[in-house]
Amino acid sequence: MISFFSKLSLKNTGKPPELAQSAYMDKSATLQELGYKDDNDLRETIYDFLRTIRDPEKPNTLEDLKVVYEEGIFVKEPTADKVPVLRVEYNPTVPHCSLATLIGLCIRIKIQRSLHHPVKLDIYIKKGAHTTEDEINKQINDKERIAAAMENPNLKNLVETCIADEG
Amino acid sequence: MAKLELLQSISGHKGIVWNVSWHPLGKIFASCGEDKIIKLWGKEGEAWSMKTVLVDGHQRTIREVAWSPCGNFLASASFDGTTAVWDKKSGQFECNATLEGHENEVKSVAWSPSGQLLATCGRDKSVWVWEVAGEDEYVCEAVLNAHNQDVKKVAWHPSSDLLASASYDNTVKIYKEDQMDSDWTCIATLQSHESTVWSLAFDKSGKRLATCSDDRTVKIWQEYGPDNQEGVNVEDRESIWKCVCTLSGYHTRCIYDITWCTTTGLIATACGDDIIRVFKEADDSDPSAPTFDLIYTKLDAHSQDVNCVKWNPLGNQELASCSDNGEIKIWKFTEQ
Repeated sequence: MISFFSKLSLKNTGKPPELAQSAYMDKSATLQELGYKDDNDLRETIYDFLRTIRDPEKPNTLEDLKVVYEEGIFVKEPTADKVPVLRVEYNPTVPHCSLATLIGLCIRIKIQRSLHHPVKLDIYIKKGAHTTEDEINKQINDKERIAAAMENPNLKNLVETCIADEG
Repeated sequence: MAKLELLQSISGHKGIVWNVSWHPLGKIFASCGEDKIIKLWGKEGEAWSMKTVLVDGHQRTIREVAWSPCGNFLASASFDGTTAVWDKKSGQFECNATLEGHENEVKSVAWSPSGQLLATCGRDKSVWVWEVAGEDEYVCEAVLNAHNQDVKKVAWHPSSDLLASASYDNTVKIYKEDQMDSDWTCIATLQSHESTVWSLAFDKSGKRLATCSDDRTVKIWQEYGPDNQEGVNVEDRESIWKCVCTLSGYHTRCIYDITWCTTTGLIATACGDDIIRVFKEADDSDPSAPTFDLIYTKLDAHSQDVNCVKWNPLGNQELASCSDNGEIKIWKFTEQ
């Protein structure tokens, strides 16, 4: 938690203009500017957000069920505007899991709400882990579908319950 | 050197701004988004400022707003499943008609060039054509079920009652009313994109259509009629649409919107990599295999996804854009 807060305070103090300039040219400096030590630090931060998400129907967390795992988080090449690009893979417990889309939605909303800087997110089911993976991948990466889903009171409640902090 | 100069940045809405729409006279524009509010903006001296707020029209996100060609009506499409039509006959803007019929989210709305027809589309996979039947009266003329997934966007041909729709099923479809039995039918399916087609825009002549997709490409389609000079076989159909150009390798994320200026012929795109790009047809471009050059890249146009871009209909090279963080920006493009 200490490192998390230090990131926030770094962000709030603003960045020195000369660093912003050089960071723009040198993409490797981008994450430091946002307060991360390296790719791995960002991955660990993301994983910390995801591991406590509760499964929609079991009393376990996604970490307990190995639906999310640290090796499933990839830090990709940032955009031209140096926004970090993250790919998150998850592994539904069974290949016909009917809640796989909901889990994908939970992962997206949890990351969006937890991070205090812009990020581009691509969320995918682990290859071969679901019978309709292409269909689900398309849905959970369509921002319009996600926006509409989060305005559906039932779906929103389900997501809020799964991603709520303990206690 | 081309440049896109920022004229004004407006904190327009709370949350996602999905769409901006210029009034046909180019002096006012409307914006809408996640906050379920429509705002009308007008120019005072050099600056744009908010003139009117339209509230209580919708229960959920307002996805798109569209001015009628006469400029007296504003239609709004919402995730609440309805389309509202606003006017100011009473002196101030009011919602005087609500078009109901879609099963769930309405994603796009567009007026035909005559202003006599409205098209809507949504997650229920259908495209609806509505006719203006009288004051505040709209009747459904057709429900077109040609797509097999959500329909993301509808756009009318600039001068005739030809309608195009873009879909999550990766295709674009074109519809026309049969003069014999006045039935609306799908007359062409444009297949080439490899993922969701998010938006589309006709050029000034209506002979070309530009489409943009989650596959990170822009495609230019051209219409060939039965007596075309190029010798393209249209068989027994009225016309066929062929993809004559694909712009790939430029965009690095999903392309959410595209706008084709009817005065300058310039194309601008709104991309999920926060960048606005401007393309121009090359001077020596072959009409049946045109080439378009990327003439300007506006890095960091917005701090988040660019959801919409629209050239001002005045042809003054003003461009409006909007983003996920409530932001609306007005730009001025200059080529030299």
